Amino acid sequence: MKNTHLLGLKDYPREDIQTIIDTGFRFKEILDRPIKKVPSLQGKTIVNLFFENSTRTRISFELAQKRLSADTVNFSASTSSLKKGETFKDTVQNIEAMKIDAVVMRHPTPGSPLHLTKYIDAIVINAGDGTHEHPTQAILDMMSLHEKFGYLEGLKVGILGDISHSRVALSNIYGLQTMGAEVTLCGPSTLIPPFAEELGVKINYNVDEVIEWADALNVLRIQRERMKGGLLPSIREYRNLFGITKDRLSKHKKEIVIMHPGPMNRGVEIDSVIADSDQAIILDQVLNGVASRMAILYLLLGGKPEEESS
Amino acid sequence: MKISKLKKNVVLKNGTIIDPFNNSEKKGDIHIENGKIKTVGKISAPKSSEIIDCKNLKITHGFFDLHVHFREPGGEDKEDLNSGSLAALAGGFTGVCTMPNTNPPIDSPESIRYIIDRSEECPINIFPIGAVTKSQKGKEITEMGAMINEGAIAFSDDGVPIGDAKVMQNALEYSSMFNIPIINHAEDECLKCDGVMHMGKVSTNLGLPSSPGITESNMVRRDLEIAVHAGARLHVPHVSSFRSVEHIKALKKKSEKISAEVTAHHLFFTDEDLVSYNTNLKVAPPIRSKKDKKALIEAVKSGAIDCIATDHAPHTIEEKEGTFDIAPFGMIGLESCFGAVNKVLTKDNKTSHLELIKLLTVNPRRIMRLNQDLFKEGTDAEIVIYDPSIEWKFSLENIYSKSHNSPYLGRELKGKIKSTIVKEHIASQF
Repeated sequence: MKNTHLLGLKDYPREDIQTIIDTGFRFKEILDRPIKKVPSLQGKTIVNLFFENSTRTRISFELAQKRLSADTVNFSASTSSLKKGETFKDTVQNIEAMKIDAVVMRHPTPGSPLHLTKYIDAIVINAGDGTHEHPTQAILDMMSLHEKFGYLEGLKVGILGDISHSRVALSNIYGLQTMGAEVTLCGPSTLIPPFAEELGVKINYNVDEVIEWADALNVLRIQRERMKGGLLPSIREYRNLFGITKDRLSKHKKEIVIMHPGPMNRGVEIDSVIADSDQAIILDQVLNGVASRMAILYLLLGGKPEEESS
Repeated sequence: MKISKLKKNVVLKNGTIIDPFNNSEKKGDIHIENGKIKTVGKISAPKSSEIIDCKNLKITHGFFDLHVHFREPGGEDKEDLNSGSLAALAGGFTGVCTMPNTNPPIDSPESIRYIIDRSEECPINIFPIGAVTKSQKGKEITEMGAMINEGAIAFSDDGVPIGDAKVMQNALEYSSMFNIPIINHAEDECLKCDGVMHMGKVSTNLGLPSSPGITESNMVRRDLEIAVHAGARLHVPHVSSFRSVEHIKALKKKSEKISAEVTAHHLFFTDEDLVSYNTNLKVAPPIRSKKDKKALIEAVKSGAIDCIATDHAPHTIEEKEGTFDIAPFGMIGLESCFGAVNKVLTKDNKTSHLELIKLLTVNPRRIMRLNQDLFKEGTDAEIVIYDPSIEWKFSLENIYSKSHNSPYLGRELKGKIKSTIVKEHIASQF
């Protein structure tokens, strides 16, 4: 692997993304075995440093670490001394002083994982930094697309919803472009960053056109807070214009692949029947999340691509 | 930096004298007697004079910065009037205007008097700017008349924009009877929202909340319109966006009482320099795009922007080593200013030394209605001696401020201050 850390997918090498995905598929086989555990990271200590609430990402990482036999420590901001006024710097230096090998961090501030690398020597994996990046989510999304279609080069992927506030969107844009896929962003103009086109993606405010164009559609969560900020007039308005509803999809002859990074707002950005239908690969994404995170941890913490399942 | 008292007779020999008041640049000597200019050009000084050899160096007026934050009172961990003065001396500045956003703010005649008294013992000339509104709350205007009597040179709520247009109108109309400038930190707080950098491709890449150039230009335009309407003096600080430049150009045609400054950092950096989330580049208004930088350089060359300021804004290491969202806005800038603007303007953009020097000397002094003919016989000597061509790397040892929040650290600059003469002393860095 070219990079020591996994901070984001911007400028991340294509070969390394491919290696992670390939390794992820081999780890996925392990998850089908009766004994779902390998000793690959025995003796390695990993801290899950969560300064922000997370359920699925934290559990997914923890599970990936346990399957690889690493020792893990969980830290979340609400239970920590951060509330006693300890600074970010002190917290991370204290944790590192206890001799650890890697930190998986979620933090509300964009750029905080890069900031962390200045203070500690351990390997840093970004589990989401504010509205910046969420590289492991994008890798599991790409792994799921690869699994479904068999290729990424030339694949047409739509990303729908609140792009401006989405770390999932940004990492997917970088990753998919690196892998040769085409990306179109769709959503209300107030929730699409004004300079998005400079990222090399297309923008289309008509979701029906995007459905006709795309092979797969990644549906992002719409947060009710956006209503308060005046960026969206109402849920009804959003559903009319952009909702992935049964009615809307039934108008299209083609069956598009539906993805969602979770957590879903059923009945807001996506209808329950669609989320639970065969055209959705949402639960495959969850399983691939564990497998791809095993691959990331394994590759960054010193494993070689060929050795893991022996 | 070594500071020593000037001898009775001092001769600056063999240098090139740039006189930005009389628009001349020629070889010659300067004789200083008892701390005052005696003769410039061909001199006949007593044999016992101290000779300072200025071969290959340029000699000009001491620089003047009409926009610094020296944090006293209340923020002495970051800077005080004395430490700020040392930073100024190192940068070739012999006079500065201090912003009133201290704790408490300088919003009364008594607090102006405090700054004036404290400045007596400082090694440079300090001119306090008073607050426009009481406690900088943006509601009621201050006792400007009494503050001017105590020594206030201008009024500003810098750091906090005056959001209410009616208050801005009151302030401009009221100040017009004193013919003294109002300086408004122009950033529309509604448009700025939680923005911490310029809105553009880079902010999209970094995922940071951002604000567009119109955040500034919208309020600049409002201020200009009110100033023209009121016939008042308005000085626009730290212009950062190309749209603001367009508005200033247009409204300057309607009033001679409008002036504008640009900071060294808005001329030097672009938002692309923020890719490593360097909190020392977190400033307000933000560092903007290449297009904005280009417009600012052109505005400086055309005269649409009158002068260069530093907006020297010290912050502690503890504050700046936080993450980008919580680090405070501001960078120090006095020590690095000349090397930065000389590099950008004379090296990269072919401005003459005479033009550059005007931006740092006569132009800001004109805005503040101070004496601009500093080489006239009998004037208190305020002189800077600099090497125009040396290329050097800015490092911690060049910083005299109490704070170290400079994004220039490790950067190549061009041109360096050798000596600064003011208040009968000479500060030398050799």
